[in-house]
Amino acid sequence: MKKKRVVFHAPLVGILSVFIFFTSVYSASEAFKENIYDVGTLKPIDSVPTLKVGHRAPDFVLPAVSGERIVLRQYLGKKNVVLSFVPAAWTPVCSDQWPGYNIIKDVFDGKDAILLGITVDNVPTLFAWTRQMGQLWFPVLSDFWPHGAVAKKYGVLRSNGVSERALFVIDKKGIIRYIDIHDINKRPPLEELAGALEKLGK
Amino acid sequence: MKKPFTVLAVTSILFFIFVQPVSAAPSPITKGGVLPAINLSNPKSPEEKSYLGLTGSGNFKIPQIKAKAVIVEIFSMYCPYCQKEAPGVNELYQAIESNPELKDKIKLIGIGAGNTSYEVGVFKKTYKVLFPLFPDGDFTIHKMLGDIRTPYFIVVKMNDDGTHQVVHSEVGGFAGPQPFLEMVLTASGLK
Repeated sequence: MKKKRVVFHAPLVGILSVFIFFTSVYSASEAFKENIYDVGTLKPIDSVPTLKVGHRAPDFVLPAVSGERIVLRQYLGKKNVVLSFVPAAWTPVCSDQWPGYNIIKDVFDGKDAILLGITVDNVPTLFAWTRQMGQLWFPVLSDFWPHGAVAKKYGVLRSNGVSERALFVIDKKGIIRYIDIHDINKRPPLEELAGALEKLGK
Repeated sequence: MKKPFTVLAVTSILFFIFVQPVSAAPSPITKGGVLPAINLSNPKSPEEKSYLGLTGSGNFKIPQIKAKAVIVEIFSMYCPYCQKEAPGVNELYQAIESNPELKDKIKLIGIGAGNTSYEVGVFKKTYKVLFPLFPDGDFTIHKMLGDIRTPYFIVVKMNDDGTHQVVHSEVGGFAGPQPFLEMVLTASGLK
């Protein structure tokens, strides 16, 4: 009897879920025109965190769109590092995130920090996508092959192979000082990252 | 036996009542219409309050701005085109303010779609924007205007009887300060 009631209510729950999910909106810049693929509303977080504040940041080597190879440890003792994982190129929220970071270089410079943007897309895709954002001052890295290996190391690889929308602030000693594994459907408010940077020593 | 049909009927009704109006994207604001009831917070800065001819605190609506025409730019600090056009929009503001014939008749405001107060402040500081900018952190206004792309320009004509009318509504289309100003003057009947 109890089981039957659950079955009967399933369609109701389903319909209400659609109602809830379809209410979210996002902004789209005219810069990307009709080239953004609408992924709809996704499960907010779809990975299991493996790292905590205070942990040593796992090292990695990744190719950048510029052609360089970026090694995380090259910044040890020299720069604070912000890693910005975004899920995928040509998707709604991601396309409207890094262009904002692009106009606050002074905020990063003020805290002696470098920003590294990372997605699981390949370099040619990232090249085409980031060109729409103007001239970015920070390296954009491809975690394409082995697919999502760095995202996995950082505990932010989702079950469908894209990464979470996540921010990690790493100090000059290589220690993680801030983690924000954000709802993939929403852009992290800038003041939260700025606040995390503010807490770093120069 | 009747229960599954009852549940199906109830869920179908709920679907039509709740889901359809929400999932269907609202139409973008059109020329000839009126603005939705957008609430903006009265600026804290006395200069901005004076620029808009507002008094008191709390919220206000765009038609309360003391002007013959109001230009509304929907922007985002995260939008590359908005960043690129910011100097041109500043020039438009300067062109209006430096013209004694126009400065009390045309006012300019910006609304940051999905931008918090902090983010709007970053845009204002980065591009030295002198006209008032308002946050729309949760996209409420953006949604009311029809999920429009940014930058988006709306020109509102204020009628003498207290009513108003949208006389221009377009995504992008900022062809430069002077051509845009000419369009505003023509569309709002100030020329």
